[in-house]
Amino acid sequence: MSSQDTALIQASGSPQRLVDTVFRLREYGIIVVLIVFIAVTTGIQPRFLGQQNIKFVLLNATIYALLALGETMVVVSRQMDLSVGSVLGLSAYVSSDLFGQVHGIPIPVVFLVGIGIGLACGVVNGAITAFARVPGLVVTLATLYIIRGVDISIIGGGEVVASSLPAHFSAIGSDSVVGVPYITICVAIIIAIGTYSLRSFRAGRELYAIGSNPEAARLVGIPIARRVFSAYAISGAIAGLAGVIWASFYGTVDSTAGTGYELTVVTAVVVGGVAIFGGRGSAAGAAFGALLLSTIATALYALGVSPFWDPAFDGLLLVLAITLDRGIALRLAEVMRKRTFRHEP
Amino acid sequence: MNPEPVVATDVSTVTPTSSGAELPGSLTSGTGEPQPASTGSARSFGIRGLARWEVALFATFVAVFIVGRVLSPEFLTNYNFFNMGLSNGELAIMALPMTLIIVTGEIDLSVSSTLGLASSLLGLLWMHGWPMPAVIVVVLICGAFLGAFNGFLVTRVGLPSIAVTIGTMLLYAGIAEILLGSNIVSNFPATYTNLGVYGVPGIGLSYSTVIFFVLAIIFGVVLHFTPFGRSLFAMGANQEAAIFSGLRVKRTKMILYIVSGVVCSGAGILYTFRLSTAEYDNGTGLVLSVVAIVLLGGVSIFGGKGSMVGVVFAVLIYSGLLDALLLTGFPQQASGIVIGGLLLLSVLVPSVPEFRARFRAGRHRLRKQQVPEAAIVHSGSVARPLEASDSGNEVGRGGPSI
Repeated sequence: MSSQDTALIQASGSPQRLVDTVFRLREYGIIVVLIVFIAVTTGIQPRFLGQQNIKFVLLNATIYALLALGETMVVVSRQMDLSVGSVLGLSAYVSSDLFGQVHGIPIPVVFLVGIGIGLACGVVNGAITAFARVPGLVVTLATLYIIRGVDISIIGGGEVVASSLPAHFSAIGSDSVVGVPYITICVAIIIAIGTYSLRSFRAGRELYAIGSNPEAARLVGIPIARRVFSAYAISGAIAGLAGVIWASFYGTVDSTAGTGYELTVVTAVVVGGVAIFGGRGSAAGAAFGALLLSTIATALYALGVSPFWDPAFDGLLLVLAITLDRGIALRLAEVMRKRTFRHEP
Repeated sequence: MNPEPVVATDVSTVTPTSSGAELPGSLTSGTGEPQPASTGSARSFGIRGLARWEVALFATFVAVFIVGRVLSPEFLTNYNFFNMGLSNGELAIMALPMTLIIVTGEIDLSVSSTLGLASSLLGLLWMHGWPMPAVIVVVLICGAFLGAFNGFLVTRVGLPSIAVTIGTMLLYAGIAEILLGSNIVSNFPATYTNLGVYGVPGIGLSYSTVIFFVLAIIFGVVLHFTPFGRSLFAMGANQEAAIFSGLRVKRTKMILYIVSGVVCSGAGILYTFRLSTAEYDNGTGLVLSVVAIVLLGGVSIFGGKGSMVGVVFAVLIYSGLLDALLLTGFPQQASGIVIGGLLLLSVLVPSVPEFRARFRAGRHRLRKQQVPEAAIVHSGSVARPLEASDSGNEVGRGGPSI
């Protein structure tokens, strides 16, 4: 093992590079697991890679991956957004209900309304968390209830049915190019932009700084309140967007849309390598985490395993992922210590 | 040895003033009165801050019951009390171990799944013809193992409890699904299911309510009047310090998770008998209500602060409010608005004085600086309150509460 350590140290110039390398490996790990999983499943059940099935997995993952992008921004700054499921539900209903209310309303306007609703929710979350300095976990736990309650009181007993939606809108979730839905491509681009911004823009870097050490971030003059506020606002807007996509995908929207999504999204984010106490991880990793979870759900079905096994798998995966992360962190700390020892005897 | 006590008293008298370091701000308001009050409620870990919160909860509790009485004559009847306790009993019971765990600065999000798994196991074993007393014992032991698994991952592997218990929440719910599948077991003997129909003889409240009150007294005494209970506050306030002062932090947390597992399985048994139905998704989603109740009761999410009395009042407020809304025909599903609002208020109200002090300190600092450029920038900016709070942030005398 120690020769491996030395190799690792020699391969990477500075401690920072070493850390980066290890966590990139952690992200590639998810992709490897994903590929192995798909390969095994396809080996047993070749129909798993059928066009229809791939499309279903991708569409399912699209919504979770999109939510995971917003959640990553929040989690990276050592907060949590539990309201995404409720925001998705509210946005999905209100936006799809517009087609019934206003005849011939252009689809982009519907998207804007959905994003606007999400943004409003996110702004409320962010304002309370950042400026009243209340833990975001508690605030979004409360808004999870409140937004869902508002959703239910608006809907009453009714629902939006697929037949009331215009064909163009439903097509968003079904049109595809070489088996990949357009909407998945769009979301992939959004996630790529999000990952790049988080990694390379100042505001993004500052979110990581806040997450890894709030006190240090404050001392170097990072406007914590403003950054956390923006993270929540963006997360809300993204959940709003995801709501509209949800509506176009499923067609039937009632008051239970998106219930329980918040925990799946947090699971996806953590499985994707984002540290739950912030400062580490990327939106791309989180997106792959979401893809892995959706793949598992569908693969179990394809393998003829009862769908009842799905949540247990997700839970096990999450526990394994954080245990692995912990192991990596300890190992890394050990390697770094040895290294310091060698350089400064 | 003589100087020691002097120093100690010195520190204790100095601390309040130094924590209220924004005192210059009070010059503008002309009175020093609001400052100690604000630091007291926002920062003090002492009995005063807590007592005030409990008084507020008590007032809310009285208000809820008065409003309930005004809105519906059926509210303050024995029958309604029975129903109220029946429908919230398990929730209330689960809030007790949760309180202890949150006080130590951890969390257990797997409580509702533990309840569901207990319910599934109960149904499964009964379906296979086990005698009921044996089933109950096995279910409780299983609960202990579920709790121990959480405790192992949190204390021995050293993982963050929030991530662990989100994982085990999914895992336990999944195991419950695997055990029972789509079966619904409902042929339980009437001796047991009667506890969902009749109250405790002579008291009239449901069994789960009585169990809750008994457990609340036990948990309350343990938390507030035993070395074990006091050590929980020490761990929550400063884990490092607790370790260095020789507290068995890992073992204590392990015990708490096991207790939580057992108590939640017990709640699962009650839940199953009350509905006389064992289904895999029993209790799904209750966890957020449990956490909401505990936080409403004044327990700090960061640990180290809280009281059992507060949590008991929070339980009463929660069930009273839901019941009052139900009696007045408020759509029951939407009652989340009220619960969420209450939760939000419970965290916002204590932070208002601190926020105001911070805001005032920021404004004062800006005025004192009198740098023309800065003044122009700030007065011209739309986001002025934001700037002020940020600069207060940078001055940073108040404890960072992220």
